Amino acid sequence: METKILSEHYDKPEYRTLEGYKRLGGGYEPLAKCLKMDRQQIINDVKTAGVRGRGGAGFPAGVKWGFLPDNGETRYLLCNADEGEPGTFKDKVILEQAPHQMIEGMIIAAFAINSPKSYVYIRGEYAKAQKIVKAAIDEAYAAGLLGENILGSGFTHHMDIYSGAGAYICGEETAMISSLEGKKGQPKLKPPFPAVAGYLGKPTIVNNVETFSAVQIIMRDGVEAYRKYGTEKSAGTKLFSISGDVMKPGVYEVPLGYPLKDLIEQECGGLRPGRKLKAVIPGGSSAPVLNAEESYKVTMDYEALAEMGSMLGSGAIIIMDDSRCMVDLLEVTLHFYHHESCGQCTPCREGTGWIHKMVKSIYDGTGRLQDIDLIDRVANQMRGRTICALADAASFPAISFVKKFRDEFEFYVREGRSKVTGVRVEGEAHA
Amino acid sequence: MEFSSQLKEFIKKELVRYEVKRSAIIPCLFAVQKEQGWVSPEAITVLSKEMELPETWITEVTSFYTMFNRKPVGKYHVQVCCNISCSMAGGRELAAHLEKNLSAKAGEVSPDGRYTVSRVECLGACGTAPMMQVNDEYYENLTLESAEKLLREME
Repeated sequence: METKILSEHYDKPEYRTLEGYKRLGGGYEPLAKCLKMDRQQIINDVKTAGVRGRGGAGFPAGVKWGFLPDNGETRYLLCNADEGEPGTFKDKVILEQAPHQMIEGMIIAAFAINSPKSYVYIRGEYAKAQKIVKAAIDEAYAAGLLGENILGSGFTHHMDIYSGAGAYICGEETAMISSLEGKKGQPKLKPPFPAVAGYLGKPTIVNNVETFSAVQIIMRDGVEAYRKYGTEKSAGTKLFSISGDVMKPGVYEVPLGYPLKDLIEQECGGLRPGRKLKAVIPGGSSAPVLNAEESYKVTMDYEALAEMGSMLGSGAIIIMDDSRCMVDLLEVTLHFYHHESCGQCTPCREGTGWIHKMVKSIYDGTGRLQDIDLIDRVANQMRGRTICALADAASFPAISFVKKFRDEFEFYVREGRSKVTGVRVEGEAHA
Repeated sequence: MEFSSQLKEFIKKELVRYEVKRSAIIPCLFAVQKEQGWVSPEAITVLSKEMELPETWITEVTSFYTMFNRKPVGKYHVQVCCNISCSMAGGRELAAHLEKNLSAKAGEVSPDGRYTVSRVECLGACGTAPMMQVNDEYYENLTLESAEKLLREME
């Protein structure tokens, strides 16, 4: 069963408005309470609640806030709404259905870290979400929830939105900062981490949309109530974006630690009639693929997925049934990473193109058997040798697809056609 | 080339909206593209003068981000997602169908000037695949027929 904590009112259109948000969910009461609290207490609460970054990296939010140096420099707060990990569409739901939940979480965070200015960096394609969030920010200003002396507390905070322009890499926090500074969205070497030197070289905290929503919930319901859901190390609930071969794809909120099998069979209404599960990408296209047996065993939390050699990532679950050709899907996936590599680091710029080219040659019927091992070798050599994690993100699907579905790649090379569909796709439908 | 007075006014406001002037480049490029349909090399020169920022800064941003069209596009810029979830739901077949039936070769403008069909990466509508973005709007849960009909009936 779904456990709707964040998403309790997402289905009600009036929840989008300030009035509806206040009436249905007691919105902005937690903010009023927080503004009277000791700042360190809020940070401690978020730490104790154990909410881990919901964008993909899973870093504990409260711990991140604790990295800010105490040097009197202006601190900036950024909300990462550059949702772009293939398979992920849960932040769009929050932005469009519950903008105030995120905004309130941001103001609470801003107060906790004492930041005068924040930006919501929203991907350029989410034009509708940008309009809704901008309208919500305007409402908050008009109600004295943003701007000078918020609710008479003496705390001043300004918030604005910033539009991305079509670059997956800007979801990486240092790339997002480069982009916000008006530059190409290229990641920067860490350390220094943004908490020390971020936007304009100033201390900066970047959190995901859903993380801010969770902060609002933690401060509303209390740490204990939040920790009632989830597991010891993966606390709370999470929004999962589920797509692919299920009857009812969509965004579902369940506690972390929820069995993937139940998500597929209950929430999503199971597979299409007569189909069997073949594979699942559990955390966005960068997460190593699981085979059916692993998928039916795993629970959706950071630890269980790591143990299985994959990751929770952004919580984007892509379901593949037995009609799917893994050579085809890996080709699509690697095309993406090659396209989105920012070109800064050689192993990534060249590597993503090289492994894509090899998989494409197999898909085109001109691949060689030795390429299968070469894909694995090149992918492994890309890892850990670049400024950001995009090279690693591209290597994970390549390595895991080839390892777990090697027979399909070998068959394709030998026969020049798919083992699953029996044909080779040519012509215009070919990507 | 000269920008409209509204566009010039917008640029002026954006230049003081952020902590640094440079941050105004992306929003101003969007505004230029909205007015002119694409970002021409000439428009970059004019924008650089309006913003009093180096032309190279604007050029590198224009070429880095895929949403800036460096070639003219049709009245309807049809962007079909061909990433993994959409591909599984027929996104590539949809793109091919629209290219063929609207006489718009991938990335080029159709002879009547109405359409440019592009294949793009994940647009974050994976649960309602296949989908396309036409200018600013998302259209989801499409079939070959519904997508074509939608596009033909656009004013």
